[in-house]
Amino acid sequence: MPTDATPSTDQPAPLSVPGTLARLAGIGVVLLFVVGGFLYLGGWFSPHELTPARFVNGFQKVFGIHSGFRRNHAKGMCVAGYFDSNGQAARWSKADVFRPGRVSVIGRFSLPGGNPYVADTPASVRGLGLAFRPQNGEEWRTAMIDLPVFVVNTPQAFYDQLLASKPDPATGKPDPEKMKAFLAGHPETVRALTIIKAQPFSSGFENATYNSLNAFRFISASGTSTPVRWSVVPFDPFKPAEPSQPATQDRNYLFDALIARIQSGPVRWHLIVTAGQPGDPTDDATIPWPEDREHVDAGTLTLDQVEAEAPGNCRDVNFDPLVLPVGIAPSDDPLLSARSAVYSQSFTRRAGEKKEPSAITPSDVRK
Amino acid sequence: MTTDLEQFPVSMRFLHWLTAAMVLTILGIGVAMVASLADYHQLVSIHRPLGFLILVLVVIRFVNRQFSTMPAFPATVSSGERFIAHASEMLLYTLLFVQPLVGWGMLSAARYPIVLYGPLHLFPILPHSVMLYAALRKAHTVLAYLLFFTFIAHFGAVLFHTLILRDRLFSRMAPYRVPAR
Repeated sequence: MPTDATPSTDQPAPLSVPGTLARLAGIGVVLLFVVGGFLYLGGWFSPHELTPARFVNGFQKVFGIHSGFRRNHAKGMCVAGYFDSNGQAARWSKADVFRPGRVSVIGRFSLPGGNPYVADTPASVRGLGLAFRPQNGEEWRTAMIDLPVFVVNTPQAFYDQLLASKPDPATGKPDPEKMKAFLAGHPETVRALTIIKAQPFSSGFENATYNSLNAFRFISASGTSTPVRWSVVPFDPFKPAEPSQPATQDRNYLFDALIARIQSGPVRWHLIVTAGQPGDPTDDATIPWPEDREHVDAGTLTLDQVEAEAPGNCRDVNFDPLVLPVGIAPSDDPLLSARSAVYSQSFTRRAGEKKEPSAITPSDVRK
Repeated sequence: MTTDLEQFPVSMRFLHWLTAAMVLTILGIGVAMVASLADYHQLVSIHRPLGFLILVLVVIRFVNRQFSTMPAFPATVSSGERFIAHASEMLLYTLLFVQPLVGWGMLSAARYPIVLYGPLHLFPILPHSVMLYAALRKAHTVLAYLLFFTFIAHFGAVLFHTLILRDRLFSRMAPYRVPAR
């Protein structure tokens, strides 16, 4: 477009040297501000805040680094089977897995702690991770343990308790003073431990009840949200654990008994979903819900295959409790997002490491 | 006196600023989520679909670019700078295309369901392999840093031309209409 613009708009007057320097400095400040903003978001200016990496470092401090293994619940064994939904939970959740029908499941039984070769004991807490795999490509993963409530209700408390339980290099045992100091600041943990101690441990993996502990929300087809917790309750009758270790001194006696049990026939659990009432805490895993809460038996979990950890099976799955299908959503429990973040960090670290053989080997599982 | 100053076509400018906003957002979310316990889940739930949208957007941009007429560089941009500008543009296109694919690939290799929103999810593009996951997860971090520093260089170069050389380079891509002189 022809114009009669003055030359000044076409050829701006040269900048003075101080003017140029001021503008250069301005550009520098803007760029630094952008870089600084990203460093801030990445937590570079808060080196004491608990992050997923520092959390996993905590596990490594207490248990050492065991190449290729989970940083927590390191000792484990794979199982597989299926879930037969009876449709009972469909009124609370529109999840595919709760429609009447069968869904394939893989799972992993485990013991807590970062030592993949830790000896089984009668008072070992038992873990069960499950991945329900409906046909539509969704997954429902859950990682449960056989305690009635969890011992802490915040990520920071979990971390502090972990470090307080670190064995003293001199005695090989945790410093009782540190644990005492932790408990003094955490009455919720003291209350939870009282509930936990009141309930005897079962004799094996196969007759234990595993609990979600954290609350979730079920979303129905009409959009109604119901606070829930779930448990898998064994068909096998409960037998209390013998107070002392069996005479065989088998370090894997709990796992070996489970292998024998599954090889003698499928092991079954009821999937019990309990609905919370308004006022029941959904953000505090240390507090049980009242006994009389409405619950449904959503179907039967059957585990009929057992395998040692190997490439591509449960070993290589992250049982992240926030891998959820449509129809199940997280609650406001702060442990959930933290678990997801820390599991992911542990998974990423171990994924690239050299894999050592697991405590339970293929020859243990062979009939 | 007249100049040949023109702007990029509206479609290219719109896509440019949309990409800029999305890429800065996803870089910020990415760096924050790996350091966060409380917000991790929420941030990942945004990061995943946003990455996929960027992948779609970069393909649309690349196609749109083939059908668009681009304005000439100002005379102040030397042939060496033109080469650098062109190379860095291609580098950004490549990074914006490869980075979401690496993210998609690493989630596939880890055998995570790749949820976009609600029941919408992506199919896996790689087999389940944790070693592959570990390598791609590292690549995702390296590419994110590379993308961030390429952005800083791009932003810095535009500021330099616009504020120091005052050659109206910014006007070419300004999100508003700038009349030719």
